[in-house]
Order: sequence, then structure tokens, then C-alpha cells
Amino acid sequence: MKVLEVQSVSKTYIHHKALDNISLSVQEGQIFGLLGPNGAGKTSLIRIINQITIPDEGRVLFNGEPLNHNHIGQIGYLPEERGLYKKMKVGEQALYLAQLKGLSEKEAKKALRSWFERFDINTWWDKKVEELSKGMAQKIQFITTVLHQPKLLIFDEPFSGFDPINANIIKDEILQLKENGTSIIFSTHRMESVEELCDHIALIDKSKKILDGPINEIKDKYKQQIYKVDFSSSKLGFLDRLPEHLKLVQQNAHKAEIQILNDSSATDLIRFLLDHSDIKGFEEKIPTVNEIFIRTVQGN
Amino acid sequence: MNKIILIIKREYLSRVRKKSFIVMTILGPILMAALMMTPLLMDNSDTEERSVWICDESGLFISQFEKAEDINTTFFIEPLVEVKALFNQSNAFALVHIPSSTDSTISLLENSINVFAHKPISIANRRLISRNVESVIESIKLKNEGLTRDIIEKTRVDINLNTIILGESGLEKSGSTEIALGLSMAGGFLIYIFIFLYGAMVMRGVMEEKTSRIVEIIISSVKPFQLMMGKIIGVALVGFTQFALWILLTFVLSTVATTLLVNPADINPADIANGTELILQDVDIPQNGIASILAQLQSINISFLLGMFLFYFVGGYLMYGSLFAAVGAAVDSETDSQQFMMPITIPLIFSIIALQTILENPDSSLAFWCSIIPFTSPIIMMGRLPFDPPLWEIGLSMVLLIIGFIFTSWIAGRIYRIGILMYGQKVTYKTLWKWIKQS
Repeated sequence: MKVLEVQSVSKTYIHHKALDNISLSVQEGQIFGLLGPNGAGKTSLIRIINQITIPDEGRVLFNGEPLNHNHIGQIGYLPEERGLYKKMKVGEQALYLAQLKGLSEKEAKKALRSWFERFDINTWWDKKVEELSKGMAQKIQFITTVLHQPKLLIFDEPFSGFDPINANIIKDEILQLKENGTSIIFSTHRMESVEELCDHIALIDKSKKILDGPINEIKDKYKQQIYKVDFSSSKLGFLDRLPEHLKLVQQNAHKAEIQILNDSSATDLIRFLLDHSDIKGFEEKIPTVNEIFIRTVQGN
Repeated sequence: MNKIILIIKREYLSRVRKKSFIVMTILGPILMAALMMTPLLMDNSDTEERSVWICDESGLFISQFEKAEDINTTFFIEPLVEVKALFNQSNAFALVHIPSSTDSTISLLENSINVFAHKPISIANRRLISRNVESVIESIKLKNEGLTRDIIEKTRVDINLNTIILGESGLEKSGSTEIALGLSMAGGFLIYIFIFLYGAMVMRGVMEEKTSRIVEIIISSVKPFQLMMGKIIGVALVGFTQFALWILLTFVLSTVATTLLVNPADINPADIANGTELILQDVDIPQNGIASILAQLQSINISFLLGMFLFYFVGGYLMYGSLFAAVGAAVDSETDSQQFMMPITIPLIFSIIALQTILENPDSSLAFWCSIIPFTSPIIMMGRLPFDPPLWEIGLSMVLLIIGFIFTSWIAGRIYRIGILMYGQKVTYKTLWKWIKQS
């Protein structure tokens, strides 16, 4: 089921077009990676989904209905530029933010207590935010984002400011939320976490969507028929005289990466290689999201 | 609607609970009292008896010089040179030299009296001496003309003008210029102070939200306009609370101070009467005192004035408050805010300066326009109200203030919603204009 559907959305600011006919949809229980270089239009799109700004053209559906103010309580947003009131106490502030999302004071208090218990931070309740470290404050922000159990969560660089241990805790929480059926839009420049978490990615560059699909399909599509071969001998002189449909991409000591340029199969390649040398290992090279990102953005 | 109440509550509580609020609320009246008391106390500390020597060569003054409080006079009839030599060795405060003269040459004295002193003499002391000398000379002159001081006192007249304004329906209303003047000045000034004090508080609040980066989290839950209005209203309530506490505390303090500091035995009905008379004279109020003030107060429609005051007070604050909020949203730091503060503060300062001129001539065209234009009307119309401006002018001014408030909130809202999400950008008037135009 589609939780969110963005339909041909465009948005123009005074100086530039921020979004140009963007469409995408997020399924229930999916982690959706929204990727793109700086200034591509990701934040503009996220702000439209949060009803901070409205699109010039196109529309956004939430659970099949046009997006409206009743949906605010079902969306949780952790912006990239985020902070808290420094002079306010942690507990009071979390209660305030939860109530703004539509929880009653009682509900909010109960939910907060259980999250504070879970993160073992009960002692922070009466501290002022300015007494917390950056990582601690980020934790509070994470809690206030997910507290009202939204159907759709939007995380913009959620791991910034966390040490590796805490980043892992947050990652596990995100996976747990997905498990419980929450849809998550995840925007980041850390490609390794995209690889780990996302089911589906979309790439926006220069205000246009240039890539969209399940992460495995995209990886398949971006495979270039390159195979990593591990030879048992180091006499690899034959690699310099490869037939025309094969190309040597990289070579060092025992290893080489060979690309098939026509539609002959990997079996043919193995056969050819075995004629010249012994093979210890053979595997297809799967492109990383990082490579896909760089290739598509540079090619655009 | 629920959310805006939540915002108002937070804005209010977070400020009222602050230490600085509590300190200011308590310190405010004390500082005010100190400010008013210090000159009085300092003056009183100067009460030691001073000896003033008077070298009265002709001996004309010795018999008629009034004994002044705090001054111990000693008369000499020896020549100045001798007295001066003595004076130099004494620690007397001043030496007044009155050259010898006869009844016929007494007029010449007016410019030939010298005062010698070791230290500069205060204006008050000079006045004391000159008043005494003047009255003696006056008496001598009167005597020469065959009159006595008693006759003069008896013939003194003091006119007290009662202005009566004739209404169109033949209604007669006694005018009350002095009290009205006081009330309108106070009202206008209060509005001025309130707008400045709490408008700046709104601006700082917006800037705090922007620099702490919490604003995007909040406006994903509420509309920017709600956040802005919630803040403006919350801060207004803070202002009301502080004003109310100041008034209450001042009242308590002054009551406590009078009971503690003034010994009941010292209160002498005659003194009090003299005191009030003195104060009344200072503000140019007719001599028949309190009764007249009360009569005048009755002639002013207090509840009408109070209602109007509340309207212009709230209206003016709301109108300027949203502009202050817009400035806070447009800039990243307090130093950047200066350039945008100018156009907001100029009409305010202009109003308070123009108010003085307008009170002298409450029906001038300057008065008319300033009380119609919403940027100046809260202060100026408040000042004009006791002078009974035409009802249609009041009505027009009120309607325009409401329109003005809606207009500035609309403009401010448009600047605010974009400004709060803009970081590290150099904002000029041109960018502000673009933000206003942007859909």
C-alpha cells in the first residue's frame, strides 16, 4: 500500500527551479532513500511533504488522500538543520513538541517515559538542553520525532552528531520502526548507511529525478559485466593480449577486473581464463550505491 | 486553535519563569523609586547649617532680613576690607557684600551686590540670598512710595480659568486641560514603552528559534503564522503580567515606605496642605486643590478613556509586534537587525516627539493625520482623546489601526515564513521585497 505519493510536483523559487516534475511513491514499511547532491532539491521536496511550503504544480497524496493539516500528526520529521530551545528543560520541551503533534499531555508523558527508560536517560528529564552534549540533544530530537508513532518518518541526515555506538543504536531503532510498519524517507550523503538500510532509492539532481527504483534492481541495472578474478599464479602476461570483446579494467599481483564488452556469458570468460591460468576466485562486481551516485550525477 | 494556545502557553511560561523576569519585576519598582528618591535624599543630606556673613555697610538690611532655614546669618557693618580679612580665616560659607546706600540710591544696589565664597555656591543658595535681598529692597522701595507690604498682599489676585466647551447639542462640559494633559501624556508614553520593550522581546524570541534551529521542527507541526502570532500574544501577556506586578509592587512598596519611614508624629496637617499646594503649583493646577482635580476627573469619561487606552495599547503592540517578529526572522544575529529596526523605530520616536507639539494644539492638521495613520495613531490618538476629537476621527483611526494591524501581520507573516528557514544569507530590503512577493 502506498503511504505517500508525490505526483508531478514542481516548485520554483525566485532564482531557480527547485523541483521539476518530481513523482515518487513510498510503500508501507519501506525505507526510501532520497539521494542527491547538495542543492539538488531534496530539502525542498521534504518541506513540501511536511506542508512547510506548498508546490506550484502537482500534488501529494497521503494514504490516498490529498495532503492536508490532519496528516501532520501522522508524519514525523527530523530536519537536517535541527535544534532545541536551549533554556528549556528536556522533559518539558519533549512534552511541548509532542503536544504540538497532537498528543495529549498524558499520552505524551507516558510515551516519553517509556522512551527515556529505553535509552536509559531518565536523569535528563529536568536538565536544561544547554547542559546536554550534541549527541545527547540529537537523541532527544530523535525521540521527539518518533514519539507520536507517525505512519511516515522523514529523517534528514539522522546520524550526524552521533558517535559510532550511538549511531548504531539509532540505526537499530530505525529498523525496528520499519519492522512495525512505519514508512521511512531517509535522506543522507552517507552511502554506506543507504546500502545497509534502504529498500528503495530515488536520486534527484538539478531538481529532476534521474533514478528511482528498488535498490537491488538499480544495482542490477548498473552492473557493467565486470568480474573480479583471483588467479593462483602471478604470470598474467596474457591479460595484455585479451581478445577484442574483453577489457582489462584493473590489475594487481594476483588479481584483475575484466569487463565483457559484448553479450557473451561469464562462462565463456571463465573458459577463456582457464585456458591461460588457474583461478582461485571469481565473482561479479556489484556497483555500490556510492558508485552509482557518482556515475549518474556526473553523467547527468 | 489548540496549538496556538500551546504556543502562547510556552512563550508565556518560559519567560515568566526566567530569573531575569523575576529580578526585573522586583527590581523595576525599586529602581524607579531609587531613581526618584536619590535626588531628594541627596538634597536632604545637605542640611547642615551654613553661616553666611553679610557685610551690610549701610545697616539698612539688618532689621528686615528674614531668618532663612538652614542659614545662619551674621551681620557686619564694618568696611568690606576688614570683614573680608576675617572671612578668609573663618569657615563661613559665604560673604554677601551690600554696599552702602541711602533710600534714594537703593535702585543702584540691584547690580552691585557681590557674594564671596570659598567654594562655588549652588543655585538654590544663590536664590535664597537674592530672594532675601530683593524682598528687603522691595520693601524699602514700597515704603518710599508710601505703601506697605500688607497692602500688596491684600490686593493680590489669582485667576482660575474654567474652560467650558459648548457641545453641538448645547451640552456644556467643563474642560480639564491640565489633568487631560497628564493622562494623555502618560497613556501615550506607556504605549510607547510597551511597544519598544516587548516588541524587542518578540524579535529576540524569533531570533532564538532561528539560531537554535528548532524552528523547522516546530513549523512541521504548526503553520509559521500560528507560531508568530502565538509568540506575539504570549509576549504581550508577559508584558501585562510585568506591568501589573510593577503597579502592585510600587503600591505595596510606597505603602510600606511611608508607614516605615515617616514617623506619624511628624505628619502635620498644615505641612501636608502646604505640600499639596506646592505640588499643585508646580503643575500649574488651580489653587483650590484636590477638590478641583476630582471635579475635573469626573468631567473626563474615565471608562471611555480606559477602554480606548486598552484598544490602542493592544492594537499598537500587535501592529508593531509582527514587524519586530519579521525583523527577527530575517536576520541571523542581533547586530544585523539594526538596519531593519530603523523604519520601525522612526515612526515610534516621531510619535512621542510629535505628541508634545500636538498636545499644545490638539486640532491641528498634524494632529489629525498623525492620529489617523496607524503607525503613529496609537500614541497620538491616545494623547488627543481627552481633548474630545470628533467621533468620526476616532472611528476612522480605530478602523485604520485594525486594517494596519492586519496589513503588517500579513507582510510580516510573508517575510517570517521564508526568513526563519534562511540561514547565513545576507538579507537586504530587496530580498525582503522578493519574499513578500513570493507565493
